[in-house]
Amino acid sequence: MTAPAQSGPAAPVLEAVDLHVEIPLPMGQLKAVRGVSLSVGAGEAVGLVGESGCGKSITLRALLGLLPVPARVTGGALLLDGVDVLGMAERRRQRALTDAISMVFQDSLTALNPVMRVGDQIAEVPRRRLGMSKAEAHARAIDLMDQVGIPEPEQRYRAYPHQLSGGMRQRICIAIAMSTEPRVILADEPTTALDVTIQAQVLAVIDKLRVERELGLVLVSHDLAVVSQTCSRIYVMYAGRVVEAGQSLPLLTRSEHPYTDALLRSVPDPDATVERLASIPGQPPMLVDVPPGCAFAPRCTFARDVCTADPNPPELEPVSVGGSHTTACVRHQDIDLASGAVSAFVAEKEA
Amino acid sequence: MTTLPAPLPTFDASTIRKRSGERNITLYAGLTLFALIVLAAVFAPLLTSADPLQQNLLQARLAPGSPGHLLGTDDLGRDVLSRILYGARVDLRVGVLAVVTPLVIGSILGLLCGWWGRWFDTIVMRLVDIVVAFPFYVLVIALVFALGQGTKSIYIAISAVGWVAYCRIVRGQVLVAKEQEYALAARASGLPTWRILLRHLLPNVILQAIVYAMSDIVLSILAIVTLSYLGLGVAPPSPEWGSMIAEGQNSLLTQWYLATIPGLCVVVVGLALALIADGLVNQFNKR
Repeated sequence: MTAPAQSGPAAPVLEAVDLHVEIPLPMGQLKAVRGVSLSVGAGEAVGLVGESGCGKSITLRALLGLLPVPARVTGGALLLDGVDVLGMAERRRQRALTDAISMVFQDSLTALNPVMRVGDQIAEVPRRRLGMSKAEAHARAIDLMDQVGIPEPEQRYRAYPHQLSGGMRQRICIAIAMSTEPRVILADEPTTALDVTIQAQVLAVIDKLRVERELGLVLVSHDLAVVSQTCSRIYVMYAGRVVEAGQSLPLLTRSEHPYTDALLRSVPDPDATVERLASIPGQPPMLVDVPPGCAFAPRCTFARDVCTADPNPPELEPVSVGGSHTTACVRHQDIDLASGAVSAFVAEKEA
Repeated sequence: MTTLPAPLPTFDASTIRKRSGERNITLYAGLTLFALIVLAAVFAPLLTSADPLQQNLLQARLAPGSPGHLLGTDDLGRDVLSRILYGARVDLRVGVLAVVTPLVIGSILGLLCGWWGRWFDTIVMRLVDIVVAFPFYVLVIALVFALGQGTKSIYIAISAVGWVAYCRIVRGQVLVAKEQEYALAARASGLPTWRILLRHLLPNVILQAIVYAMSDIVLSILAIVTLSYLGLGVAPPSPEWGSMIAEGQNSLLTQWYLATIPGLCVVVVGLALALIADGLVNQFNKR
């Protein structure tokens, strides 16, 4: 099987191709993920950004093969080292995915078993799945706690989750994720519940492990600053689809989709003096009755009839020929977001 | 970038133990009271020399405080204290056993229902609905009547009816717990299902069931007492609190203590268990 041309150091370890996830609801099928393609290579960090409810978390759960009932994958492929795992029997698929992938969650308090010592939680997988003896698993847990920057691991081993601070707990969660010796880590808003100084420390721990162990990292966040610091590539999601993808720097400095641009402008700039912070009017669409064409069109300053003329959602296309920066905006050549959206908006009106 | 560990107070296992064990007077009061009752039942032969079955019509209806009979004697001249102590053996044993069995059965079924769902859940829950549709005593009395009088029938009858409560409690807790991220994390790390169920879910969901079990012991003691009172429980000559209350009822106006003392015993056992239940909730809410 040939891997599609993707930027990144090597062939992707984990790749989703045109993934669809639907959730049956009384009022109809909720199309939570509508054809998402993304990939992550060994040692590579990619970001997945978008506002709440755009399908980031459900995409991650689909990658892990642990969708909440009754959601299910209804189309596309999930490739692990180029092999489609969706075609495998459930048990084999689960085995393949859990062997290769680990997850770090947002809230470290609920992500840890409250009535089990944290050290035992780290040692559990080495002991039960990797066939280590009790002493080996204990040593492994201590080693992992040391690697994620937990001081006095021998003492902390016996602590219960509620006895540790949020930052320490998230480090424990990272140690647990590392205990399966994964090749890809999925991190769902891993620093959102932490205060800013601890955020940086925890991100540094994740990054250190990624580099040392050649881990693929998929970082989900609505915090563009966090993603831009950590990730080399970014996928921007809106209404269950990737609307823009590319290398972090060009994507964030010369965004080619009005949604990405609007997201960037809603981040407060400490140097600018503005009366009000920019916000995006309206709400994301309900994904039961998906509107035709571009799902962002109803909220988009630049929307024209052409945006909703095609009932199918617009596909990602390269911004420049042969480039890795892609956008799903059909008008990306007509509009100029880099010159500042306000002037672009004025220019649009005059035209 | 180097990571700076957040400064944390150092602590070791002993401070953990101290912190979680401090000031839970309710739990210790309940445990002490219950332990005293159990010890009194176990060491009944040491506490009283009187035979609980020995009749002596010459010494019938002695008031409490009579020499040799601390709590007096009943209509047939049997020593009330020794009947209370030996009766505790029967009532506590049946009470506890008639709760342990449904606790185990109900918790296992509830765990599986909550985790698996689907047809298994549907079948078990309909069965629960059927059992719940009958009033508790109607079903228990019918079952005891069908199985024949005796403590064994009482175990079976109360277990057959009692498991439904535990099943519902545990199932509801599992439905919540299995969507918690720690359960998801356990699944994501590929641990076998039995281990997720026993090591991660069960310890987190069982507390509610155990707290309920404490009050359920009182209910099942009351059930035995009621059944004996109705003549379906423990066969007459053997000492048992329910039948003592039933017999004492005849002379309530003259020897009020004959029915009151065993009644008070039921109340004290209930108090001890209620204290334990409250204390357990306090203990675990600290986590």
